[in-house]
Amino acid sequence: MPFPNPRRRAFALAAALAGAAVLSAPAAAASGPAQARGTHSQTSYAQAAPSSAASSGKTLTVATTGSIDSLSPFLAQRALPTQIHRLMYDFLTNYDATDDHAIGALATSWTTSADKLTWTFTIRDGMKWSDGQPVTAADVAFTYNLMMTNADAATANGNFVANFSKVTATGNQLVVTLKQPQSTMLALDVPIVPQHVWASHVADIGTFNNDTQFPVVGDGPFILTGYQKDQYLTLDANPNYWRGKPAFDHLVFKFYKDADAEVEALKKGEVDFVSGLTPAQYDALKGQSDIATNNAQGKRFYALAVNPGATTTSGQAFGDGNPALQNQQFRQALMYAIDTKTLVAKTLGGYGTVGSGYIAPIFSAYHWDPDPSTAYSYNPDKANQMLDAAGYKKGSNGMRTTPDGKPLTLRIMGESNRPDDTQNAAYLADWLKAVGIATTTQIMDQGKLADTETAGTFDLAFDSWGENPDPDAVLSIQKCDGRPTAPGKTFNGDDFICDKNYDALYQKQITEYDPATRAADVKQMEQTLYTDAYVNVLYYGNVLEAYRSDVIGSMDKQPQPNGLYWGQDGYWAFWSAKPAAASSGSSSSSSSNTGLIAGIVIAIVVIGGGGALVLTRRRRGATAEERE
Amino acid sequence: MSITASALPDAASPPPAPAGAAAPRRRGPVIPLRYVVGRLAGALVSMLAVVFTGFFLFRVIPGDPVRALTRGHPVSAAQMATMRHQFGIDKPLIAQFGDYAARVARGDLGTSYQYKTSVSALIGSHVWATVYLVGTATLIAAFLGLRIGVRSAWKHGGRADRANTGIALVLWSMPTFWLALILIVVFGVGFGPIPGMFPTGGMNSPNVHGLLPSIWDHLRHLVLPCLTLVAVVYAQYLLTMRATLLEEVGADYLTTARAKGLREDDVRRKHAVPNAMLPAVTLVFLNLGTAVSGSILTETIFSWPGLGSLFYEALTVPDQPLLEGLFIFFSAAVIVMNLLAELLYPILDPRVRTS
Repeated sequence: MPFPNPRRRAFALAAALAGAAVLSAPAAAASGPAQARGTHSQTSYAQAAPSSAASSGKTLTVATTGSIDSLSPFLAQRALPTQIHRLMYDFLTNYDATDDHAIGALATSWTTSADKLTWTFTIRDGMKWSDGQPVTAADVAFTYNLMMTNADAATANGNFVANFSKVTATGNQLVVTLKQPQSTMLALDVPIVPQHVWASHVADIGTFNNDTQFPVVGDGPFILTGYQKDQYLTLDANPNYWRGKPAFDHLVFKFYKDADAEVEALKKGEVDFVSGLTPAQYDALKGQSDIATNNAQGKRFYALAVNPGATTTSGQAFGDGNPALQNQQFRQALMYAIDTKTLVAKTLGGYGTVGSGYIAPIFSAYHWDPDPSTAYSYNPDKANQMLDAAGYKKGSNGMRTTPDGKPLTLRIMGESNRPDDTQNAAYLADWLKAVGIATTTQIMDQGKLADTETAGTFDLAFDSWGENPDPDAVLSIQKCDGRPTAPGKTFNGDDFICDKNYDALYQKQITEYDPATRAADVKQMEQTLYTDAYVNVLYYGNVLEAYRSDVIGSMDKQPQPNGLYWGQDGYWAFWSAKPAAASSGSSSSSSSNTGLIAGIVIAIVVIGGGGALVLTRRRRGATAEERE
Repeated sequence: MSITASALPDAASPPPAPAGAAAPRRRGPVIPLRYVVGRLAGALVSMLAVVFTGFFLFRVIPGDPVRALTRGHPVSAAQMATMRHQFGIDKPLIAQFGDYAARVARGDLGTSYQYKTSVSALIGSHVWATVYLVGTATLIAAFLGLRIGVRSAWKHGGRADRANTGIALVLWSMPTFWLALILIVVFGVGFGPIPGMFPTGGMNSPNVHGLLPSIWDHLRHLVLPCLTLVAVVYAQYLLTMRATLLEEVGADYLTTARAKGLREDDVRRKHAVPNAMLPAVTLVFLNLGTAVSGSILTETIFSWPGLGSLFYEALTVPDQPLLEGLFIFFSAAVIVMNLLAELLYPILDPRVRTS
């Protein structure tokens, strides 16, 4: 009698029913996609659940740990939605895939007036929004005007139009009038939206997130078809894209919170592309079958920022930065004491370049390298001499004191969520101790570090910024007016630099329309920053990426040949991605699905059988005992 | 035995028994009204304290949300000022608290800085994922833990007891993220002869259509995170149940029951276990209360779109309205579940009624 107890019998019955339901599910799963294929239509897009990915054609799945603040081009500031907007909407101009120089997109040609204040763009003929309406110069004028007149609409990209005085559209001509000459007119990273769709959202532009109605009307290489917060986002190839339809029919972004899980998903083939790998993850993926890797130059610099004595824009001093750092010779000596080659080798596992100019080497037109004779190459002897000469004498214990005889200790600060900081701080402390400078290290939460920097209560802090093909934005943060307006008030810079020479050069380059002259100005600014040694670029980390070579045959890098796939200034990688010749696209995923289902059924049978066996045995044991 | 509050007679004077009817058992109501009112008032006061402290608690977190959101993205001072104004953090703290209190009183939890969506909508869209995952795991863990706990205590010191307690303790002390990654590698990707059977993350696949396939897809995604949570949590139930039941094992009333000739099974199930249930019930309710806050680690590693990972995202900014809203929501869940457990005690244990 296997189930003498009625309750137990009921339980067994329920278990059997559940088992039957589970076993019958694979059949339902197998029949699912076939039904869906029949119902695939434009109306099914309108549902929040993305519909098309499995319907037909080839799918490219991208894993991302990023998050989406908004899908409105006027509000989104995070890196991920900014990239997705590049796929959804065309911009006025674009950056060439090979070398990042400005090329036409919505605009086919442009002219400037003699006084440098009026720009006339000719808008491309024959382009269509995904709902069939024509793309016109009026759409561009609408987008820019909205940002110029509505503070909410300027949330994300307001800085690009801050210098515009008037924008008008006549026929296929767009005329932009400036308050002052502006050399970044071919680098306006502003997604252009359709006026006929967005005109009704002017009133609620600050709260409209562009994620309620799918497909979202766009004119980029991909059309947004669905979005499930924190789960996935789906795009379909735009068949009418003027540069040509992408080869993959569907593009899916899957959200991951954990980078290790993301790598496992790539190994398994659940996703086809991952970026932002750590050196350890990258090395583990290198040489695996069906996985291709890319060790790309990065667009970010990693620096050691020095507190040169915090001041406001009006020159009022505050904070408690060590006065020794106001001495240029002292700051330069610090740089000679730091072995950046070792940092690249150890912290980055060799995946990076030793730091020099403020603009990363990937942007070769603006990158500056110091003359080897003046470069801060690792030289502790020279550092010792310079510190001696500056009046910081070594005591009997080998540690230096200030010129007025007080002990010298510098505070190094870093972020706990940036692993580089912890590792580099340890190296730095050792190297500075070797030249007689005592340090204390504090690795803290990102928010706490920001507060500390705002208060000016640090000496040395690690710092990192991402850069664009146009250097204007990242140069602007080191201007005198990048400082706070009052002590302790948040500012948009990250140091308290104020160098009149630098500011003059900034003003010159932003009004310079000749690319070669402007590049020379920018390099001179980099040289100023380098010599001042307030923001010392330690290295440029590489971007490590990997993809399934059995799904993706090829993709275009930007720039070529050492550039990256993810985080491009443009849409080149996914627009140019070609399916692998051997790939059978969605059919391969369905066959692996069958295997998966078979595996689960086997597992359930094994586990269920084992469980039943254990229960029966226990049952028998118990009955035998009760009989005694 | 009626336990609904509405069916309760007045606590002070029980209705007289109708003449001629069978003599009723003379005792008070199942839950005294004063007990219920007292517990309700306590819960209300706790809730008010939560709403009040919720505001100030998240203002002491360092970091400027505007700066965090625009990190690594050059913005003009005017843009930063606009965002500050949109968020309402350009006002003095006391005015911000006034806005907050007025909002909460209207039942409006505000707008998230980073998602630019109403906090109530965000909680609404994430809460089911969490209840689905953590609720399932709590029920399985409670069932498994209590069952094994009873067996272990009944045959304490035996081989099965030692093995079960040992395994449970090892799993409990195991770092969650480590166990989760092992499960992903072994059962998600596949290891040696074991094929990759379950998805490595997320709650569903983007390319699944139809009701049954969607359910099947959800279940497949549920297996690994649920297994992780159960493995880590069930030891609590096992140990609690085992410890309280052990106190009963040698009691005289069990000997009496056995002397009456009852089967060992019935002695255990009908006499011993009910007397040892109180701490376990408390634990289940407390865990159900915290269940909505999710398991931050498990949700993060399996990219489960629940409240746990939402809270984690909110902390990184810091997204004050979202943090405040989640704090109020989590606290309310715990308070309500505690209230339910306290209201259940007098029914489970008559001693609570008279004390």
